[in-house]
Amino acid sequence: MARITLDKLAHSYKPDPQGPQDYALREVDHVWRQGGAYALLGPSGCGKTTLLNIISGLVVPTRGRILFDDVDVSRQPTEARNIAQVFQFPVVYDTMTVRENLAFPLVNRGVERKLIEARVAEIAGLLDLTSALDRKASRLGADAKQKISLGRGLVRPDVAAILFDEPLTVIDPHLKWQLRSMLKELHRKLDLTMIYVTHDQTEALTFADTVVVMHEGGVVQTGTPEELFQHPAHTFVGHFIGSPGMNILPCAVEGTQALVAGQPVALARRYPALSGQIELGIRPEYAALRQRGEGLPARISRIDDIGRARIARVELGGLKFSVMVPDEAEFDGDEASLQLDPAQIHIYRDGHLVQGEALAAGGQP
Amino acid sequence: MKPVNQKAWLLVLPVLLIVAFSAVIPLMTVVNYSVQDSFGNNQFFWNGLGWFSELLDPKSDLGSRFYDSLWRNLAFSGIILAIEIPLGIVVALSMPRQGWTVSATLVLMALPLLIPWNVVGTIWQIFARGDIGLFGAAVNALGIDFNYVANPLAAWFTIIVMDVWHWTSLVALLCYAGLKSIPDAYYQAARIDGASRWAVFRTIQLPKMSRVLLIAVLLRFMDSFMIYTEPFVVTGGGPGNSTTFLSIELVKLALGQFDLGKAAALSIVYNLIILSVCWVFYTVMTAADARADADAGRV
Repeated sequence: MARITLDKLAHSYKPDPQGPQDYALREVDHVWRQGGAYALLGPSGCGKTTLLNIISGLVVPTRGRILFDDVDVSRQPTEARNIAQVFQFPVVYDTMTVRENLAFPLVNRGVERKLIEARVAEIAGLLDLTSALDRKASRLGADAKQKISLGRGLVRPDVAAILFDEPLTVIDPHLKWQLRSMLKELHRKLDLTMIYVTHDQTEALTFADTVVVMHEGGVVQTGTPEELFQHPAHTFVGHFIGSPGMNILPCAVEGTQALVAGQPVALARRYPALSGQIELGIRPEYAALRQRGEGLPARISRIDDIGRARIARVELGGLKFSVMVPDEAEFDGDEASLQLDPAQIHIYRDGHLVQGEALAAGGQP
Repeated sequence: MKPVNQKAWLLVLPVLLIVAFSAVIPLMTVVNYSVQDSFGNNQFFWNGLGWFSELLDPKSDLGSRFYDSLWRNLAFSGIILAIEIPLGIVVALSMPRQGWTVSATLVLMALPLLIPWNVVGTIWQIFARGDIGLFGAAVNALGIDFNYVANPLAAWFTIIVMDVWHWTSLVALLCYAGLKSIPDAYYQAARIDGASRWAVFRTIQLPKMSRVLLIAVLLRFMDSFMIYTEPFVVTGGGPGNSTTFLSIELVKLALGQFDLGKAAALSIVYNLIILSVCWVFYTVMTAADARADADAGRV
């Protein structure tokens, strides 16, 4: 049970890192609250596994400190930290039964036999493994093996946090849901800090109450799934989260108006004069495609029916744009108009969100 | 019905011919010899299973020679397996996993395997000589009487050390390949589970190496059971008969005494022993494979 603090943590796999490009993990400051369910979300190679391995002690960071509560554990070996980790591929000890597998971490720590038995029985009950306890672990399916890996972490009563490194990669889709809901349930029951690494936004957004988005070795945004969706702090977050992701369009901003592909777009906030690369972001969900009329003139390239909705890919003066199509909408040919919800438009400078100044009520439609 | 193209048999013909000339015909010749008694002038007389019953009867001269060399051979195989397998594992465990030292180590380890058998024999024949050999002379200088030409113990010691020197690399390389196939996650999980070095070996490395180890045991058993060249070069089977293994006995019978019938009977029994050991290993291995498949849910 502990709060985990990352203090200016950075890591490079090169012995002599020169610039930021040599770092797999650029400076990260973060506090993992005791009992939180976190997801570390990012594309492959963004440094999330490195960060996880630093927390568990498998990798020693080049710079910075890790604190468990207020104790510096940066140089402590893995076995001295109260951390459990579940890996992408299930790890079970082939020659042992499920019971022996679950007991293994306790046996290694010299726990009394009676305590081990009680603890193993309890955890097996939680994980629904009781009936398999005396079977050879190697004979079970991938999902049960992954449960055993998890169980070996849970069985230690002192464990501070459980780290998951894309644990559902090799699990069949229909079992993924089961395991994920089991994880959520365990989290509620056990009051453990859980950190879940994944590149799958659905997994991250359904599992975690706080999602940490990583990109190119750095944390770009930390927030609830809703915050990430509504207020992406970085164009990468906007693009990475959501399906399809946020539309990011180069633009020029002047006060309460943006110019996109030569067309004026009304904004709900007032912005100062901005220099650098200015972009406008809006989610497809907050734009609507209508018959040609009021709004930005657009040309429809194609419309995909994804079941629960229709998504149109349109061109807006040479820029690509995805937009939800209202149920009743019908179009003549490929001519249409785009209507954007001004309240949902975000302005980014060099990739980062610019906080505009809210307009007084009634100032602008 | 589809027309059958009989020309396809022609494709099998080369293999049939090669197998016939290289294996079947020589083997049949041996079978032929084993049931006859031969005299000069190419005279042959039918002897039925006579040679076989004499060979398997420990009280006869032929039988006692056969059993003596068989036990010697088994003892030799047992000893070198008991040394080379654990030593090979230890060497493999201490080999580097990454960096430029990996290739250097691999080349060094492979060197003894690349030396022809009789050269290995010659190297050790000279190396272990009490008068001019570095090893033999050094041991003698320490005050220990070491002379493999006169002392059976010294002779055995020499050929065992020679075999260990020659073949431990093979076991080590096989084990190393087995170790390399273990994903890092296993080691990481073991560290998180607080496993000791010994526990990691027992629960991860040994089980993952078990299959290559079985192959290593099979190869080393077969090879040492059929050993001929090296002891022939070093000790010539002596002193006395103390290092006369089955193959050396066989050559003595066939080419020394020209007892073709006896030698043929011995060859066949020798062959059957090796075949049955192979069969046992094969059965164990396929059973282990089937179990592994069942474990992985592939059945």
